[in-house]
Amino acid sequence: MSILIDRGTKVIVQGITGRMAQFHTREMIQYGTNVVGGVVPGKGGETVEDLPVFDTVKQAVAATGAEASLVFVPPPSAADSIMEAADAGIRYCVCITDGIPAQDMIRVKRYMMRYPRERRMVLTGPNCAGTISPGKAMLGIMPGHIYLQGHVGIVGRSGTLGYEAASQLKELELGVSTSVGIGGDPINGSSFKDILGRFEADEDTHAICMIGEIGGPQEAEAADYIRSNVSKPVVAYVAGLTAPKGRKMGHAGAIISAFGESASEKVEILSSAGVTVAQHPSEIGETIASVLKRAA
Amino acid sequence: MDIHEYQAKEILANFGVDVPSGALAYSPEQAAYRARELGGDRWLVKAQVHAGGRGKAGGIKFCESDVDVHDAADQMFGKKLVTHQTGPEGKGIYRLYVEGAVDIAQEIYLGLVLDRSSQRVMIVASAQGGMEIEEISAEKPESIVRSVVEPAVGLQDFQAREISFALGLDPALTTKMVKTLKGCYRAFRDFDATMVEVNPLAVTADNRIVALDAKMTFDENALFRHPHIAELRDKSQEDPRESRAADRGLSYVSLDGKIGCIVNGAGLAMATMDTIKIAGGEPANFMDIGGGATPERVAKAFRLVMSDHNVQAVLVNIFAGINRCDWVAEGVVQALRDNPVDVPVVVRLAGTNVEDGRRILAQSGLPVIRANTLIEAAERVVSAWQHDTNEPAKLRAAR
Repeated sequence: MSILIDRGTKVIVQGITGRMAQFHTREMIQYGTNVVGGVVPGKGGETVEDLPVFDTVKQAVAATGAEASLVFVPPPSAADSIMEAADAGIRYCVCITDGIPAQDMIRVKRYMMRYPRERRMVLTGPNCAGTISPGKAMLGIMPGHIYLQGHVGIVGRSGTLGYEAASQLKELELGVSTSVGIGGDPINGSSFKDILGRFEADEDTHAICMIGEIGGPQEAEAADYIRSNVSKPVVAYVAGLTAPKGRKMGHAGAIISAFGESASEKVEILSSAGVTVAQHPSEIGETIASVLKRAA
Repeated sequence: MDIHEYQAKEILANFGVDVPSGALAYSPEQAAYRARELGGDRWLVKAQVHAGGRGKAGGIKFCESDVDVHDAADQMFGKKLVTHQTGPEGKGIYRLYVEGAVDIAQEIYLGLVLDRSSQRVMIVASAQGGMEIEEISAEKPESIVRSVVEPAVGLQDFQAREISFALGLDPALTTKMVKTLKGCYRAFRDFDATMVEVNPLAVTADNRIVALDAKMTFDENALFRHPHIAELRDKSQEDPRESRAADRGLSYVSLDGKIGCIVNGAGLAMATMDTIKIAGGEPANFMDIGGGATPERVAKAFRLVMSDHNVQAVLVNIFAGINRCDWVAEGVVQALRDNPVDVPVVVRLAGTNVEDGRRILAQSGLPVIRANTLIEAAERVVSAWQHDTNEPAKLRAAR
């Protein structure tokens, strides 16, 4: 088992006719992901990569039995596409789009709450690289070949820093159970805490690597959660030690605006919750290796 | 994106928030004229800069005649205002706001923010107005009133009343306070703000509730649907290199160090800066060139980083995911051939086709220092920078 996606999970791509979407659809299929179709309003009946394109997500779900969706829709209509997926019964949605207005995401999160918990869609992102269960399926834009199949669960805000961690693990011949990008936006679908709970329950995950950054309360909330709910070893790295207060560092959410939001404060909060913190990004892989050795 | 006080007040006034009468001036003569036009006998001359702390820094002057107004404006106009929020370089004063003074009975702090815990809009208020919110939370945390807005229905009257009572305002003022709070919320929601701050919001001697200062920050991701807000961007208040970067679609933040950074991905860019610091250097900038990392983008990034004259060495760190390292390497080579730089350049490539990428760099004959890991790259750029300061303006040979 792996979390969120598995071999055979039926995937549709919203916005599949776009250039980037087509490229990544091809990559996902090559990786072995079970992509069953796409959705672009007004382009129903066309095909992309031999896959059927539908006008609505409901039509796509009815025709293909799709369970998961990847949103590649441009920022002005991305929120609408996520809500459409939630309403059509999609179980898991990854939104790649960077640049969605924050208040649109507030409305998306509020909208998702109208479904009872057992039918509520899980959303990760936006502004993320996606989710991969190596050797099984990939729902995102990451380079699949840098991940070995294994037992480390990765959850992080940053795409490239997640790649950095996965490739350090590969050098040490350590593999990944699932890697989940939660994205760099201030209002996101799933928090660290949400994903940590899934890794804790996942038999295939033996240790968890958490990659945070400056800004927002989610690393501190995760520390609280880990203290009482996570028994597996957690290794963390928090980027932005040198970031000055009040300046936005690339990601819309990477800005220190309140107490507890700087990298050093987050490191302290995580350490006090029993998390092993890698002091610099080159050490992430080795730190996980040593934690795994200690646990064995 | 930030806007000026006078612009924020105009927006809030359109949503029913009471503001003092005021007018904009671009010269001392115009400021004096504005004061006469406004009438009354006491005015404030306020420097319009995108920063808080103006009062203490001399950016707000109280005047009792039009001659005073002229002189105060003359002293400020064209100067740099340095407040604790501007950094040592300060922000240029090119616009002045002349405002009729009001008699204040009580000062309230009012802020609306995107609260990342509840993932909703939160109203923060305190009866300790005039102080900054950081000071209030440090010194009078018990005075802070918070209320989270349910996005489906917006701010309700009862919530606004609760805030008004919790602040201890005279019950006769409740209706006015409700109108003020709802006006601020509607402005926040309708124009996709990320912050509205009215500090102070004053109860006047004649029982009005008036926004004496106003700050609004807008969500850059939502400007596409508010062209009239996007027009309010004032480049004179931005770091010129950051403006240039934004116009070219690069994510760049100027910092104080000597080592320029060119990285793909925001997280990796921050991690690269951190590693430089651990290796004993200081980053000159944050730079995310995005996923594409095409030769053109790398070249643009080099030009931008080198336009900062503090930069004495450059570290390029690219993790080629979807791109291939050989392609990125060609981009770096092209960029360096077209824009030769006179400081040491360290390049670390990782990811797809990394061997081909390293070979292309080695065979280019360019004096690029190569590194395999992030920590190695940081150590090499710091040591190259330390050596290079002894023999400046020379390219270092590849090792």
